[in-house]
Amino acid sequence: MSSGIKVRPGAGADPGAPAACEPRVRGQLATRWHRDRMLLVLAIPGVIVLVVFHYLPLLGNVIAFQDYQPFLGIRGSDFVGLSNFSVILDGDPEFLNALVNTLIITMVQVLFVFPLPIALALVLNSMLNERAKRLTQSILYLPHFLSWVIVVALFQQMLGNGGMLNEWLRSADLGTFQIIGVPELFKLLITSQVIWKDTGWSTIIFLAALSKVDLNLYEAAAIDRAGPLRQLWHVTLPAIRPVIVLLLILRLGDSLTVGFEQILLQQGPVGAQASEVLDTYVYNNGIIGGNWGVSAAVGLVKGIVGVVLVLGANRLAHAMGERGVYSK
Amino acid sequence: MGRQPRWATAARGVLLTVACLAVIVPFVAVVMTSLAPQRDISARGGLVLFTSEPSLAAYRAVLSGGVVTRALSVSVAVTAVGTVLSLACTIMLAYALSRPGSLLHKPILLVTLFTLLFNPGMIPMYLIVKQLGLIDNLAALILPVVVNAFNVIVMRSFFLELPSELTESAKIDGAGELRILTFIVLPLSKAVVAVVGLFYAVAYWNAFFSALLYLPSPEKWPLQLVLRTFVVNQTPLGTDELSASTESLPPQASIQMAILVMSVIPILIIYPFIQKHFSKGLLIGAVKG
Repeated sequence: MSSGIKVRPGAGADPGAPAACEPRVRGQLATRWHRDRMLLVLAIPGVIVLVVFHYLPLLGNVIAFQDYQPFLGIRGSDFVGLSNFSVILDGDPEFLNALVNTLIITMVQVLFVFPLPIALALVLNSMLNERAKRLTQSILYLPHFLSWVIVVALFQQMLGNGGMLNEWLRSADLGTFQIIGVPELFKLLITSQVIWKDTGWSTIIFLAALSKVDLNLYEAAAIDRAGPLRQLWHVTLPAIRPVIVLLLILRLGDSLTVGFEQILLQQGPVGAQASEVLDTYVYNNGIIGGNWGVSAAVGLVKGIVGVVLVLGANRLAHAMGERGVYSK
Repeated sequence: MGRQPRWATAARGVLLTVACLAVIVPFVAVVMTSLAPQRDISARGGLVLFTSEPSLAAYRAVLSGGVVTRALSVSVAVTAVGTVLSLACTIMLAYALSRPGSLLHKPILLVTLFTLLFNPGMIPMYLIVKQLGLIDNLAALILPVVVNAFNVIVMRSFFLELPSELTESAKIDGAGELRILTFIVLPLSKAVVAVVGLFYAVAYWNAFFSALLYLPSPEKWPLQLVLRTFVVNQTPLGTDELSASTESLPPQASIQMAILVMSVIPILIIYPFIQKHFSKGLLIGAVKG
């Protein structure tokens, strides 16, 4: 982060670059403008895109307070106060169903999906054969880069009624195993898909943290006659705790966001009762159903709650003496 | 970590082998089925793990014009144009943000970081895209996602780690920012450009929902949406969709699996080249930055 000014040899001696060689004086706007204008020019395209597609849409949330009609537009539609929020405040059954499904899926995934990459990273980290380790990593990272359409198609082909597993079970006279298209098992299905797709890739960050653990600590622990389990508990886990906390915060901040594309692709056969989550509710109710205002209201509340959750979880992490997402 | 008990080594071997097979077997089955003749597919009732007489008939059928060929060219075009635009904007913004203390550095950094915290929401996004006249325009698959703040931060942290003496001495030699970026910073940053480029390319190639949301006309659909229609939703592909004659049509299962394979192949091709850059440190610095 150092500016490098102190190491600059012979400042001011070269007449070719007078602007770059002037000492940095805060407040001299003209000087800084002259020095940094090219940086600003470079930043412009990116900043414009972010403003147009992240900040301008924030203004579009005004339709959450309108009886929005597409043919009237934002300017022509009537303001209706908070009536769009009544689905949330009065607990509309469809909305509540989506909310409950979302929270159940988040809970299941934090409890059962979140720890898996940590365990897998520990297993990978204990491999001594570097080549075997790299090959395993290459294979296990790959599913992360496949789209949800591909993952869903692969699961259908392997586990569906006419899929490979069931054809094999039938030919062996063992009956069939139905998980796809069964409403009761939908959450299990999408959880197993998330595990298949992302467990491998999620280890990457834990492996990076594990690679920084001081090996002398293990030696010291071994001298103190700590077995493998005690070494894990007293050396390895404390070393990767900041990363675990960081990722847990980010996951909690995303509590209301669960696999939108993944669920949308598979809603058909199982129905809304089992599969509707907040994001699919916004899509099905708003874009498909035409209830623009209500959907925008649900989306807006979801966004605000998400920000509150991240900031809250981060504050909690600070209170517990962890670094969190940002430290200042 | 010293010696390990033998049972632990064995258990680890079994666990990792099962995990790897769970990834590999579906691919083998899909590729083999795409090559298999009707006889093998009927014999197994569905996917096959081995075929004695592989044929490329299914690939010829989907690539000889028609829905799938068109979708493939849309996907290739969107991915190529999108990745180039994204990399250009991201590199420039990340470079501009790699000089703490420069004019407007803090506000621009905050504008970038805040987009990670708050998602504007699906409905307002749709309205903006509509307002800009981008509905049913392929640009709608690119422009809204052309800059990803996370990727900007990944690249910025990499630029910040470069020794500042290099850029300072170039400045003394009279080089402008653009020259420094192109001739000093970028040649040193191939790894991060490769990884961020992969992230963007994969995101464009895999985009499914943005196409569903913004492209009402099926003739503009990218491959992922075609994959959903004909493989996930099992809509049968006939001569109308394939511009092939009925009698020469390969088995439906082979055609479906051929589409699936083609949607995976580009990722399988670039993955090994980029994968070596995933190594430790590249990403973790970004998350902490």
